[in-house]
Amino acid sequence: MAGPAVGQSRPFVPAPDLPPPASMRGTWGWMRTNLFSSPLSAFLTIGSIAFVAWYLPELIRFLFIDAVWTAPDGALCREPGAGACWAYVSAKLSFFTYGAYPRDQVWRVNLVLGSGALLALWLLWPNLKGKGTAAVLFFVVYPLLAFGLLTGRTPFPLPVPDLASIGTLIGWAMGFGPTRIHGDVWQVIGTMVAIPILLLVGSALVLMRHARLGVPLLLFACWWILGIAWPMTRLTLVGTDLWGGIFVSLLVAAVGIVFSLPCGVLLALGRRSRLPVIRFLSILLIEVVRGVPLITVLFMANTMLPLFVPEAWSPDRLLRPLLGVALFASVYMAEVVRGGLEAVPRGQYEAAQALGLNWRNMMLLVTLPQALTAVIPGIVNSFIALFKDTTLVAVVGIFDFLRAVDVQRLDPAWAGPTISTTGYVFAAAFYFIFCFAMSRYSLMMERRLAAGRKR
Amino acid sequence: MAEGYKLSPTRPAPWNDPRWRGALWQILTLALIVWLAWHAVDNAIVNMRARNIPTDFSFWNQPAGFDISQTLVSFSSASSTYGRAFLVGLLNTLVVAVLSIAVATIIGFIIGIARLSDNWIVARLAGVYVEVIRNTPLLLQLLFWYNAVLKAMPGPRESISFPGGIFLNNRGLVLPEPQLAPGFEWVAGGVLLALLGALIFKVWASRKQGTTGARYHAWPVLIGLLIVLAGGAVFWQGTPVTFTLPELRGFNFTGARINPEFVALVLGLSLYAAAFIAEIVRAGVSAVPRGQTEAGEAIGLSRGDVLRLVVIPQALRIIVPPLTNQYLNLIKNSSLGVFIGYPDLVQIFMGTVLNQTGAAVQIVSITMAVYLVISLVTSLAMNLYARRIALKER
Repeated sequence: MAGPAVGQSRPFVPAPDLPPPASMRGTWGWMRTNLFSSPLSAFLTIGSIAFVAWYLPELIRFLFIDAVWTAPDGALCREPGAGACWAYVSAKLSFFTYGAYPRDQVWRVNLVLGSGALLALWLLWPNLKGKGTAAVLFFVVYPLLAFGLLTGRTPFPLPVPDLASIGTLIGWAMGFGPTRIHGDVWQVIGTMVAIPILLLVGSALVLMRHARLGVPLLLFACWWILGIAWPMTRLTLVGTDLWGGIFVSLLVAAVGIVFSLPCGVLLALGRRSRLPVIRFLSILLIEVVRGVPLITVLFMANTMLPLFVPEAWSPDRLLRPLLGVALFASVYMAEVVRGGLEAVPRGQYEAAQALGLNWRNMMLLVTLPQALTAVIPGIVNSFIALFKDTTLVAVVGIFDFLRAVDVQRLDPAWAGPTISTTGYVFAAAFYFIFCFAMSRYSLMMERRLAAGRKR
Repeated sequence: MAEGYKLSPTRPAPWNDPRWRGALWQILTLALIVWLAWHAVDNAIVNMRARNIPTDFSFWNQPAGFDISQTLVSFSSASSTYGRAFLVGLLNTLVVAVLSIAVATIIGFIIGIARLSDNWIVARLAGVYVEVIRNTPLLLQLLFWYNAVLKAMPGPRESISFPGGIFLNNRGLVLPEPQLAPGFEWVAGGVLLALLGALIFKVWASRKQGTTGARYHAWPVLIGLLIVLAGGAVFWQGTPVTFTLPELRGFNFTGARINPEFVALVLGLSLYAAAFIAEIVRAGVSAVPRGQTEAGEAIGLSRGDVLRLVVIPQALRIIVPPLTNQYLNLIKNSSLGVFIGYPDLVQIFMGTVLNQTGAAVQIVSITMAVYLVISLVTSLAMNLYARRIALKER
């Protein structure tokens, strides 16, 4: 029995904590530590407050108090002392959004934009189920339908063999001469017979658990049906020379996103391939395109590409910059994905090989899922850069949002001293909202991923 | 006993052998590339002949016949060639890139340090700057500076004047024109000698510190040498440079005039890159463990010496690689000058020259090659620097 006798010692009661000194408490204390901790800090604080106090009221006055909210034309905005001319923005809003797209057809643009937004939300919202379905819809089905809706052309060219020409041939062989009627009749008969057979065989194969054979047959039949059904919608054709505005900016960004992910993954795999030829070609493409400005790639797509293909195949004027942007975005994505692939521990590859997975399954089931989730923030950051870079397509004459704003400020009905600034502030707000939202999303994903790895 | 084991390696069939399959894939890829390239070249030759486009580089020595608003080497529309125009554009690109890199680095470091400041309001203001700049397109910023700010300036007669004879109007920035006096080379020589002397002293001082631990500062020596050598030369020869102040003559100013396009491009590029550099600096400095600062303070270094000798050398190792990327981005982004009419390589060569000659393949290839070379040289230089400051592990 060591220690003092139990009954005689008083239990230890710590004295209550003293409050922090008065100079460290409350607003004053906060200001002392955060605003006036040293003479230099105090000087900077006063300077910053003076700066804000000088410019912030000026800014608010220009943007809101003295702003012209409604006006039939630019006369009110031209008066001295007038602020931002929001009336001009609301008058031009439909041009800023759709460019010269026919006004009675803009429901098609709205449909494409709305469904795209819903799909993107489905893909990006972390807790929603069915990401695989969403990915297939967004990366395969949506581009086809969007192409069809926006251009009015069919996105489902009918399958070969062309039954019409076979029909013409048979009719001609039977001595009826080369008339189109036999062809059409044969096409109808062929279609009526072939599609049900394809559907039946396809579903039978799927039911008999031969999905690998059955699903392509079913897809082929669906394609065929859609190819016949699409022209019945009788959408008017809208040439790409009429496209413009926010809708084209989003289109360029979407094309970049849809192409850059798969192409970037392929290029990143190529760069890490064991096969020297494939590795060398991937490195060459990635490094060359990353070493030059986007503008030169756009010029290349615009002026060189039409020379490299036969005259008849010369790509559409909007398609050329889209190809350039897709190429440019892909090589940057490749570097992001490569970072993810290198972050996957070697043991994961070895474990996959020890399980006897072949290369494709190792990549699809083990490596890529880990690599891609690890670099989601990087992917989103490169989407932000891509979205800002879409403004450059104006250099080859595409009427994107910024170019629409930049051209409209010269409209004589509105031109005035505040019009340029108003247009640019509006455009800046638009880009800022998109990019800021994406960067917050990237931060949120970073935190979620970090939380998953915390031990 | 061990008769069941037969360990001789069996070779798989060729179509299952990874080596054969690899070779086959490579041959197929190569064949596809060669086939595509052959068709592309074939089509290009046919198309270019059909459109009367030159397929060689003979345009290089033909007279250009257009004017350029900013030329660092002599250029006249009547006698200069397309090759000369290329040189002018290249120099203009380099000037903008080098100047913007210098300005962006300075602003970026200041903003980056400001974001880490204990001062709440300074940190917040720096944060707002970084977020606004990084989340809007560079092109929008350039157009804003050019069209909404510089082009909206008053005309020459109502120029905004700054102290020191600097004027800003809608035709650009007017600076006093420097004129070299006869004794200039003596003064320049004096400055150079002073720098050389200080450098030699610095080498000696660091060697001395390595052996004895005693510290000698080089800057008093530099100032002393400057006063003696350069000051003496000025005293002996008179002022080396005189400035002629700009004067309003008629509708415009005399004096050295800098185009608004150049001002807008440098301003836009450096403010944009500075926001990214600020983030890099912030990340680099906050990556240096706090214990390093505390250790520096514990051995009695002053606050400035802790920053200069302990924190910044370690932060630089983290900062330099991403900083290199930002420099490369800035150089590539200088091509956006074409949107505001700055006569850089893209605007002159890929714009005007391409339009006049039609030689798209040659011109686009040359331009891309030039940017590639500039990028390679920059990253080489930065890699050398990174190796110099790298942690020496023994």
